[in-house]
Amino acid sequence: MSEPVTFHFDVEGDNFASAGEASVSIKKILRQLNIDPETIRKVSIAMYEGEINMVIHANGGSADVLIFPDKIRIILEDTGPGIADISLAMQEGWSTAKENVRNLGFGAGMGLPNMKKYTDKMDIESELGKGTKVTMEVFIQ
Amino acid sequence: MTVKQLAEKLSLQALSLPEPDREITGGYAGDLLSWVMGRAQSGDAWLTIMTNLNIIAVASLADTACIIIAENSETTEELVQTAAQKGINLLKSEQPVFSLAAQISAFLAEQE
Repeated sequence: MSEPVTFHFDVEGDNFASAGEASVSIKKILRQLNIDPETIRKVSIAMYEGEINMVIHANGGSADVLIFPDKIRIILEDTGPGIADISLAMQEGWSTAKENVRNLGFGAGMGLPNMKKYTDKMDIESELGKGTKVTMEVFIQ
Repeated sequence: MTVKQLAEKLSLQALSLPEPDREITGGYAGDLLSWVMGRAQSGDAWLTIMTNLNIIAVASLADTACIIIAENSETTEELVQTAAQKGINLLKSEQPVFSLAAQISAFLAEQE
């Protein structure tokens, strides 16, 4: 199997003005690589939600994107508080976001469910007080 | 129907119109960003009263045809500039979301 093309981004915590920049960059790169629009949309949505989660909950983190010939892997890693109950966090509508974040239109409890919905594979490793690592894969159509 | 045609029909104020000929294929109304992100379709006209900077990223990533700010919800110069920079069609109207949605829906039905 050929080596993937990789990209790394640092995501700044609590900065809502720059939130989404990594996802928008990846979208541009995938367009230049002539990846089909539906795959780009799936990657963009899933990655944006993950990025926003790190901005809201984890004081930022890192995003690594690996582009293989047949799939795109997104690895989001943070050293935030961790997720206490992953199955609860996966439920649509469940959110621990604060009022100021909700006023911006976030915190609808759709982040993780959207990430699951728009990816073909998703794995969450989280430890309280240590951080969270989310690995997602979208197969290229 | 293109974004420019819709803007003329509904007398929308164009705050940023880098892609006037983008085709509108549907519509979506909502203010919760993750909800919109997960449900709006590519090519939708997105109706909202939310005006913080993050709507630009959502429109870009969900690939909507345009954002239409309803009820003259207050927009900043920074928002308009970011929309222009990122190539996002951003329009504004004094009409409420319900009324805009009804008209857009009728226009789209006429074309079918």
